Amino acid sequence: MPTVSVKRDLLFQALGRTFTDEEFDELCFEFGLELDEITSEKDIISREQGDQKASEASDVVLYKIDVPANRYDLLCLEGLVRGLQQLSILLPEYIRDPDQNWLSLLLSVQTASVRPHAVAAVLRNITFTPERYDSFIELQEKLHQNICRRRTLVAIGTHDLDTISGPFTYTAKAPDDIRFKPLNQNQEYSATQLMGFYKTDSHLRHYLHIIEDEPLYPVIYDSNGIVLSMPPIINGDHSKISVNTKNVFIECTATDLTKAKIVLDMIVTMFSEHCDQPFTLNGVVELAYRTETLSADYINSKVGINETAESIAQLLTRMCLKSEVTSDGAEIQVEIPPTRSDVIHACDIMEDAAMAYGFNNITRTTPRTYTVANQFPLNKLTELLRLDLATAGFTEALTFALCSQEDIADKLQKNLKDTKAVHISNPKTAEFQVARTTLLPGLLKTLAANRKMPLPLKLFEISDVVLRDESTDVGARNSRRLCAVYYNKTPGFEVIHGLLDRVMQLLEVKPGRNHGYYIQAAEDSTYFPGRCAEIFSHGKSIGRLGVLHPDVINSFELTMPCSALDIDIEPFL
Amino acid sequence: MRYTKLEVGFLNMADTGILESLLRLVDKVDGGIDSQVVASSLGVDHQVVVGAVKSVQALGEVIEAEQRSSKHWELTGEGQEIAEQGSHEARVFKAIPEEGLSQSQLMKLPSGKVGFSKAMSNKWIHLDKGHEGGPRVFRMVESIEDVVRKKLQQVQMGHSSQLEEKEKNELKKRKLLTEVTVKSYWITKGSNFSTIITKQETELTPEMIASGSWKEKKFKPYNFDAMGVAPDSGHLHPLMKVRTQFRQIFLEMGFTEMPTNNFIESSFWNFDSLFQPQQHPARDQHDTFFLSDPAVAHDFPQDYLERVKKVHSEGGYGSQGYKYDWKIEEAQKNILRTHTTAVSARMLYKLAQQEEFTPVKYFSIDRVFRNETLDATHLAEFHQIEGVVADYGLTLGDLMGVLHQFFTKLGITKLRFKPAYNPYTEPSMEVFSYHKGLNKWVEVGNSGVFRPEMLLPMGLPEGVSVIAWGLSLERPTMIKYGINNIRELVGHKVNLQMVYDSPVCRLDS
Repeated sequence: MPTVSVKRDLLFQALGRTFTDEEFDELCFEFGLELDEITSEKDIISREQGDQKASEASDVVLYKIDVPANRYDLLCLEGLVRGLQQLSILLPEYIRDPDQNWLSLLLSVQTASVRPHAVAAVLRNITFTPERYDSFIELQEKLHQNICRRRTLVAIGTHDLDTISGPFTYTAKAPDDIRFKPLNQNQEYSATQLMGFYKTDSHLRHYLHIIEDEPLYPVIYDSNGIVLSMPPIINGDHSKISVNTKNVFIECTATDLTKAKIVLDMIVTMFSEHCDQPFTLNGVVELAYRTETLSADYINSKVGINETAESIAQLLTRMCLKSEVTSDGAEIQVEIPPTRSDVIHACDIMEDAAMAYGFNNITRTTPRTYTVANQFPLNKLTELLRLDLATAGFTEALTFALCSQEDIADKLQKNLKDTKAVHISNPKTAEFQVARTTLLPGLLKTLAANRKMPLPLKLFEISDVVLRDESTDVGARNSRRLCAVYYNKTPGFEVIHGLLDRVMQLLEVKPGRNHGYYIQAAEDSTYFPGRCAEIFSHGKSIGRLGVLHPDVINSFELTMPCSALDIDIEPFL
Repeated sequence: MRYTKLEVGFLNMADTGILESLLRLVDKVDGGIDSQVVASSLGVDHQVVVGAVKSVQALGEVIEAEQRSSKHWELTGEGQEIAEQGSHEARVFKAIPEEGLSQSQLMKLPSGKVGFSKAMSNKWIHLDKGHEGGPRVFRMVESIEDVVRKKLQQVQMGHSSQLEEKEKNELKKRKLLTEVTVKSYWITKGSNFSTIITKQETELTPEMIASGSWKEKKFKPYNFDAMGVAPDSGHLHPLMKVRTQFRQIFLEMGFTEMPTNNFIESSFWNFDSLFQPQQHPARDQHDTFFLSDPAVAHDFPQDYLERVKKVHSEGGYGSQGYKYDWKIEEAQKNILRTHTTAVSARMLYKLAQQEEFTPVKYFSIDRVFRNETLDATHLAEFHQIEGVVADYGLTLGDLMGVLHQFFTKLGITKLRFKPAYNPYTEPSMEVFSYHKGLNKWVEVGNSGVFRPEMLLPMGLPEGVSVIAWGLSLERPTMIKYGINNIRELVGHKVNLQMVYDSPVCRLDS
């Protein structure tokens, strides 16, 4: 969830009333927002850099508000006010100014491979105040971090229109052919030099990878050849905006046109309220209004309420979705403004109606759905066996399904290639390299962490391991295993063997060669030579038991002899 | 074994002589006797008598002993020496002959240094510094009275009360006297008094039962304050005990368990089928574990895949869609599932393939994986609890009603709902419950109604709604068992003692 930081008093002033912190928290709850923190610049600086640095900072109260990830229209003070002002029936009307079509952004074909889309607009005769200006910069940053996916999908550039002249050209050039003075620098650099220069910039270095390896870099020129920006990295210094800028040229370059239009619409609809002619916009903005027609019955039956069409239209209008009942009274026409890119289906409108009604005012009902419950047979068997293993004196462990390659191979003296393990491509640490192929390492690590406990230690786990399997759609499958270990001053093979006998008794498998179970000496590098046996049930191998190899015991940092039982329980379903 | 712990305080039972002597003394006096008096009249150390009292007490109601404490003054080692040989100053006085003694010689005497200055201040002696042959000490008076010695002798004879407090404190300051507290017993006859000790049996034996000799025997009383012996048993893991309870709750509510034994999932079922767009942050390397081997899934229901592609890239079913270039390569990527909802999607798709729709209620509790930053409450894997109901005409009110029933079974009755955002549910609600201890509303789960863009491409009938909710298994368990760090609950670093000691799990109490 993105967090928006707004000055409390400015917010209340814009909302036309004040709230206590509790009241405001409650209002947020109903709208699906969260008043995350009440703080001030002073608090923040003193927390991060100490009291001394904070002494000069402002102690104006700041509200930090968590906003749902799909509500880009709530990422700045202007938008929050429009969203929360639930009783303002006077919804802003966003219109395109038909007279000012002179402005254009020419797209060249060279950008196709690197960043094919661009859209632009102008905020004309805007009046910034320091607060509005900060909010304007902040909104761009929030959009960059969220819908723009850290500038990969969309990058925003804003310019002082009075320093440049259209038409503008969006093109792509070889890095050495682009030269300009970047924002807040004193000299010109080539694009190649800039990429090196920003390698150490704490902020910009995160965006370099987006175009770094491309043969051509995107760039925007004005009609006099002045560089506006080199998206998605940096703007030119020439056209930089300030709190005194009157006319703002906004360009969005993108790999995703839909998102570029949403971003541009969002910026201009939010800030046109500070223009001489509010909500009137120039440029290649979509400003797409859309109308959905739906019935009161649809809303009522999905939410579980019983409201008239009129009252639903009122509820929706309160949520900034201007709605009217059709002349025949049967349906509701809902106008979705360009700010509400999150509304893509009637169900999104239904949710707004439910929110306006108040989720907590809806009567809680019990569905009459009649069903008979069934357990998943494998889990049913697992539950029954777990209980009886505990009854047999073994304690249940719960270990991780992910582990290191070493855990399932080297430490067990096995070759990784023979394990049939699935491999993770992006583990942050070695603990998450593979999914386990056996429960044994987890149990041995549990023993190691509990070496101080009185002996003997008797542990078991019944859980899934993951194995490669070409026959499934994903190429892997789970296998349910039962694993137990006995750790003591003596190896206790007879104890672990006795547990196998008990498990087989529970599963109603009698000792015997053909239709029963038996064990047979086997070679296995995890186990001590001559102390390992393979377990067969109904003629099929189901696992192994034996005394662990001293090198295995050592590699798990254990010191005592240990015997283990490891079987697949799926054959017993 | 532990019931006979009192034996530690016992005297050797063979030494019954002292016990019987004690009992004879108690028998002789009226109204009781102090253990210190017993000690002095038997001529033994007081601690021996205290031991004897405890031994007799252990035999039953033979005597009653009430503990008392008393203070009295005692001579220190130095005090005793003075009582015998006189004070240092008196010894110095006596050592000086008529003709005096040189100061250096006097200082060599054992009491020299202390005695000299005391005798000087008492004006018993004087020092002639100018004497030829060095400074010399002479008597100043004919005879002296050694008051200090007298006082100490009084204390020694047990007459300390004859001294004034001030005098005693002065002697205490000189480290000649010390005040000691003695714990003693006031011993009286018990209801079962006897001067003869009968040996007590510790335990009932088969022989006693056979012969009936138990009727004549006396049995040593048990110490019921001791702990019993821990039974030799295995234990279930607390998180799994809670899992069993949640399973039970779903089964009681008529929910069928989904087969969730597939940790590896394709991005298609984990995300695309749920209408989660391909650029969604959850599909980022930073949030999800991708597989390098096997890296991709093959074999998807082709018609369905086409419908999913269309609803993402172009819309349909009344939706605008996300309008982006949907790529099969993204959908094919294998991952460790990030939620069990991937299985719910498979189950709902399967349901949609039935000839006729039948309502279902499904649940699952199983592991899910997130490539997240780890902290005290987040691990890379955890258990997700999920409930799903699919039927014609289900409402948001129904979802809240089902959640109310579910949480009531967990002992949570006060619920409220907050609008939330989730790519595959609309409406989406966070579930909050009032926590009495914290005195605030805390989030206990997430819920919602699956989007039509998810259900209709599967082929489910238009009027069917699917409501669902989820929560983690670890969080309620940590609250239940008061565990703050998730590593103390899950994984190999768990303390087995915690597992051994964990109580049964009743979620509603």
